[in-house]
Amino acid sequence: MDLFIRDNLMLAMLLLLSLAMLVAAFMAIYSKRSLPIAMLAAGLVSLLASVQFLLLGAPDVAMTEAAIGSGLTTFLFFFILGRVRGGANRD
Amino acid sequence: MIKRFLVLLLVLSMGVMFSQLLVGYSPDRQLNATAHYYATQTASETGAANIVSAIIVTYRGLDTLGEVTVLFLAAAIVGMVLSAKQGGQSPTSASEAERQLPPYPPVGELLATGTQLLVPLILMFGAYVIVNGHLTPGGGFQGGAILASGMLLLLLSDPLRTIGHRLISVVESFSGLAFVLLGILGLLLAGGFLDNKILPLGTFGSLFSAGAIPVIYIFIGLKVGAEFSSMLLNLAKTEER
Repeated sequence: MDLFIRDNLMLAMLLLLSLAMLVAAFMAIYSKRSLPIAMLAAGLVSLLASVQFLLLGAPDVAMTEAAIGSGLTTFLFFFILGRVRGGANRD
Repeated sequence: MIKRFLVLLLVLSMGVMFSQLLVGYSPDRQLNATAHYYATQTASETGAANIVSAIIVTYRGLDTLGEVTVLFLAAAIVGMVLSAKQGGQSPTSASEAERQLPPYPPVGELLATGTQLLVPLILMFGAYVIVNGHLTPGGGFQGGAILASGMLLLLLSDPLRTIGHRLISVVESFSGLAFVLLGILGLLLAGGFLDNKILPLGTFGSLFSAGAIPVIYIFIGLKVGAEFSSMLLNLAKTEER
């Protein structure tokens, strides 16, 4: 019985995470006006995915996703965005 | 109208497909044959406490070599495309353009101080993740990405700083070469390509154990970190010209 409750709680958490990921992905696609918000939402998708990997018992994959998907890629996007805007202002 | 209908049809059929998957899903009650072998034999065969690391570095070491090669190709192509763009203009005009550009706006105090505080910690954490790859979750790829994010923070805080690009490419080439050489050494001294038993297995769970896995992981970490860093440096350099 205890195991049953724990399993269902886990399932509910995973489903909730998936829903949050969907919302974040939707934000990433539909925030056409603001590029930074789209980038942050894309990073959020990766962050939630890494939490989900952790809950599913794959800490190695979770670390990779957090370091590359949510960390490095998001900051790289912002880095490039800053450079592109700086270049546009200078012209 | 037709287009919208087609899109709707596509979405509906995808939904049917995925719902079939979901309905037919039943969680596995036991491991399949390969996973069972890994789960029971890894500790005695490779001496690594982290089974995932043992699979990545030893059992599927050739795949890892391929992954690192793909990453190297990506970094090389980024460098090639960006340098081709720079090659269009003659060097004198490039330096003139550089002189005319106003300097970068000064970075905020928060970023500058935070970088000084955080970069050593980030680099240390990356080294920790790499070195403990055979004991705890993590390893070369993760640690390399963490090292590269420390490098990114350095670049953000001081865009004009030139972090030895030459040194980074030397580190990258050297660690790639060492990775392959260790693999060939495994072929000569032990059971096969990238076999970890060229070094003694040591006591299970201690830092110096699991044969050559930590050594190989250090080279993978250095290579991944250097590849990401050289990509970032290339991107940072182009805009300065």
